[in-house]
Amino acid sequence: MSLKTINTDILIIGGGPAGLSAAVSAYEAGARDMLIVEREETLGGILKQCIHSGFGLHRFGEELTGPEYAHIYISKIEEYGIPFMLDTMITELKPDKTATAVNSADGIFEIKAGAVILAMGCRERSRGALSIAGSRPSGIYTAGTAQKYVNLLGYMPGKEIVILGSGDIGLIMARRMTLEGANVKLCCDILPVPSGLPRNVEQCLNDFDIPLRLSCTVSKIHGKDRLAGVTLVDVDESLSPVPGSEEYVSCDTLLLSCGLIPENELSRGAGVIIDSKTGGPVTDENLQTVVEGIFACGNVHHVHGLVDDVSIQADIAGRAAALYVGA
Amino acid sequence: MEERKMTCIMCPRGCLMTAKIENGEMLSLEGNTCKRGYEYAYNEIHHPVRTLTTTVRTEGGRIAAVKSSVPVPKKLQFEIMKQINALRPSDDIVFGQTLIQNVCSTGSDIIVTSD
Repeated sequence: MSLKTINTDILIIGGGPAGLSAAVSAYEAGARDMLIVEREETLGGILKQCIHSGFGLHRFGEELTGPEYAHIYISKIEEYGIPFMLDTMITELKPDKTATAVNSADGIFEIKAGAVILAMGCRERSRGALSIAGSRPSGIYTAGTAQKYVNLLGYMPGKEIVILGSGDIGLIMARRMTLEGANVKLCCDILPVPSGLPRNVEQCLNDFDIPLRLSCTVSKIHGKDRLAGVTLVDVDESLSPVPGSEEYVSCDTLLLSCGLIPENELSRGAGVIIDSKTGGPVTDENLQTVVEGIFACGNVHHVHGLVDDVSIQADIAGRAAALYVGA
Repeated sequence: MEERKMTCIMCPRGCLMTAKIENGEMLSLEGNTCKRGYEYAYNEIHHPVRTLTTTVRTEGGRIAAVKSSVPVPKKLQFEIMKQINALRPSDDIVFGQTLIQNVCSTGSDIIVTSD
């Protein structure tokens, strides 16, 4: 049995800030036949849950929330009539730019593309990747997962919170959960400097008197069914635990904000070479990977600090893909 | 005269600024690289304000993002949160719609920011 096949000039994998911006710029460069494939039920990607303000100063000259920033691009997609498929997951991408996709309406099908723009974004480093010792109770979330629960689903993941890692999402969640009535006890980071932006340390921690403990990490997790507490330990200059500095802190929730990893499983399958430093594809100045006609932009390329920079980079990839397919 | 150090929150650059203050008045500012920084420092000393962003639950249980249309006094954030959390707007609220006018007499409206 042969699979149903869709043909398109430009396949854009991911409908977050990178994919949306790439699609808009490809259209503006003359491309018309394209398709955005998004695995979630709406466009917008991570911007949907980033309800805080602070986006768009560079790109639009005004301070916007994440959903407002996404709204600008989604409105453009609708205005231009750029096609997109939601609830659809690409499971494989081949070097010849044929993708296998799946959704509940069409089952498994193929998309044959003239050019592909990789815009899958990144994922958070999880507890497993951090190798924290101890039991495996509930109540341990990556900061972005907690953000999704609170901002999109309307659930509070817990009441007594410890945050490991001072990445921006963790800082933003410290404020968010405090505003919703949780007690955020502290944020700690193994490094001697915070990894999030100074403005977020100021407005998310200092504003609410939440202590930031640097050169300090979680060495053990306690609790049977639900998290009961964590052991904190100071670390020295070589990031090794300082014996005798252990301190038990009770909490029912631990948020992890310990870095982001570009999501490149599909890229690897397509023969794209990944840079070991950025975790993203090696590209030329047009953001073309080593596989001709496959481009990469946004957080799948390297983790960006600002969504404005993602959009600016995605514009280049969109234009280059349009040029590649002869639009 | 006292000196107060602060990190500007107006943009991702996060300038470290030093204000000279006398009798609660800002006399001078160093370290800012734009006028937004000056505005932030002035407000921070005289009447600190923040843009408040949160969510509301509609009658039917949909979660929508909202924000204060202009920054609100920092000390009123929890009071405004209470008012927003007490709202149960209808399910058909749309992007840009005002849910509370002049919340807590701050001059700021609470508006819907998600589609």
